[in-house]
Amino acid sequence: MLKGHVFKYGANVDTDVIIPARYLNVSETAELARHCMEDIDRDFIQRVRFGDIIVAETNFGCGSSREHAPLAIKGAGVAAVVAQSFARIFFRNAINIGLPLLESTEAVEATEAGDELEIDLAAGKIRNITKGQQFAAKPYPSFMNELIAAGGLVEYTKLRLAQGAVKPLA
Amino acid sequence: MTLAEKILAAHAGKKSVSPGDFISARVDLVLSNDITAPIAIREFDRLGVPRVFDPHKVVMVPDHFVPNKDILSAEQAKTMRAFAWEQGIRYFECGQMGIEHVLLPEKGLVLPGDLVVGADSHTCTYGALGAFATGMGSTDIAMAMATGDVWLKVPPTIRFVYHGQLPHWVDGKDLILYTIGQIGVDGALYAAMEFTGEALDALSMDGRFTMSNMAIEAGAKVGLCAVDEKTREYVKTRARRPYAIYELGSAAECAQVIEYDVSQLEPQVAQPHLPSNVCPVSRVEAKIDQVVIGSCTNGRLDDLRVAAHIFEHGQVHPEVRCIVIPGSQQVYLDALQLGYLHTFVKAGCAVSTPTCGPCLGGHMGIMAAGERAVSTTNRNFTGRMGSPQSEVYLAGPAVAAASAIKGRIASPVEL
Repeated sequence: MLKGHVFKYGANVDTDVIIPARYLNVSETAELARHCMEDIDRDFIQRVRFGDIIVAETNFGCGSSREHAPLAIKGAGVAAVVAQSFARIFFRNAINIGLPLLESTEAVEATEAGDELEIDLAAGKIRNITKGQQFAAKPYPSFMNELIAAGGLVEYTKLRLAQGAVKPLA
Repeated sequence: MTLAEKILAAHAGKKSVSPGDFISARVDLVLSNDITAPIAIREFDRLGVPRVFDPHKVVMVPDHFVPNKDILSAEQAKTMRAFAWEQGIRYFECGQMGIEHVLLPEKGLVLPGDLVVGADSHTCTYGALGAFATGMGSTDIAMAMATGDVWLKVPPTIRFVYHGQLPHWVDGKDLILYTIGQIGVDGALYAAMEFTGEALDALSMDGRFTMSNMAIEAGAKVGLCAVDEKTREYVKTRARRPYAIYELGSAAECAQVIEYDVSQLEPQVAQPHLPSNVCPVSRVEAKIDQVVIGSCTNGRLDDLRVAAHIFEHGQVHPEVRCIVIPGSQQVYLDALQLGYLHTFVKAGCAVSTPTCGPCLGGHMGIMAAGERAVSTTNRNFTGRMGSPQSEVYLAGPAVAAASAIKGRIASPVEL
């Protein structure tokens, strides 16, 4: 069960504002986290607490393929991102590295900055404790659940290799 | 099946696929760059597989912060270079490289019918060749480097039909900006865009690369063009292996068909801070400080030809910095031989070695607070080219060059 306070953003939060390219000369999560969201929310990194939750409108994570974006968010201590929709590369990246994403238009519309949310990932339930409301996130396709259950793409690929499902040359 | 579905079915070893299917597909090429490769290498090592699945099908191109802009980026480039040499994979060093999406088609590394995945969102550029090419993150790319396959969800196809004769000064950039302006930055989210119609047919390969390149700016997974005589001509001298040509499917197989008459279209400009914030150039009034002509979107020979033609008629405005970046060493050499670089330098432009540099606010043209650029690149998000208080207007090379001369956003018809 995840529980944290909400940082709320609008539509089309792009990867350039999640982590500006001027900081992409490193790839360490902690280093990236120091600059997370700074171009649209300068105080974010000072105010965010471990377990907090980002809530945003449509097309969150649009733009570049940089995996540094979900890494920066995860490194900042954010437990999950709830949005009306996600850009597709960001979606893959976040699942691959184990940053939970939930889609729910209703939850986003009902939630304000500073609200306290509780998320049950297994059940796909989002509860706004402040407002006393509960929402169901859009369920993942079963394939994505397998990926998540394995612990991310690297672990999933390890399983496939062990089962002989794919054979690398060496 | 649509063109996208035919290519995916062939790579998944299936007779047919439908939108929404999850498939595992063999890849023909796996790409990464100096920003995304270091994380990919880290994840590859974590997997514990000693070798990439096929060194001939893995490419690494240092282009984003190249020539290395600082010590940290030099360290990243070093990590990538060492991995590339050790694995014996294709690697293009500074001086032989190009911006990845200009370079790979030029070298014949991507061919029609291919399935290409790249740790760069503009990998979709190769859709212009009739290849299914899509951007992913470093971990996806690392796993593809190890196994030679990827999981994909088959996207629905949205077909865009461009009717009418292309007006003078209107090119691929204007068509794609107009399209994104109409459908929005998530108008094709998760979908395959398919570009067709007589105006598309009239575009050069370079113009088509520009269109496919920006499919991601509408949220798309891929931006496909059918193979025609121009495509065949382009790949004829470059291909060193067999390739497959797939035809477009019927309109009924597309999730949606959107038709535009572009015969009256003006050159288009995307205003800050979204690529969908588009309007005709004649409606934009803005003084500028910088112009960038180049990038994976518009750094090809046709783009430089258009810009050089305009700079024959005027000098860069004394209050403007105009930076021209040929997209590859080959484009650089061709532009040199054709006299374009001479024209640029005489007109007062700075001409740079190939790099992504300023497009992403990396180096070679970073803007200060309050500054404004017209750029032939692909994104105008907040802070994209430097200070979060700077502004980027996206346009094609004709508008960019005309604006450099006028010192404000200008149409080439004004010259």
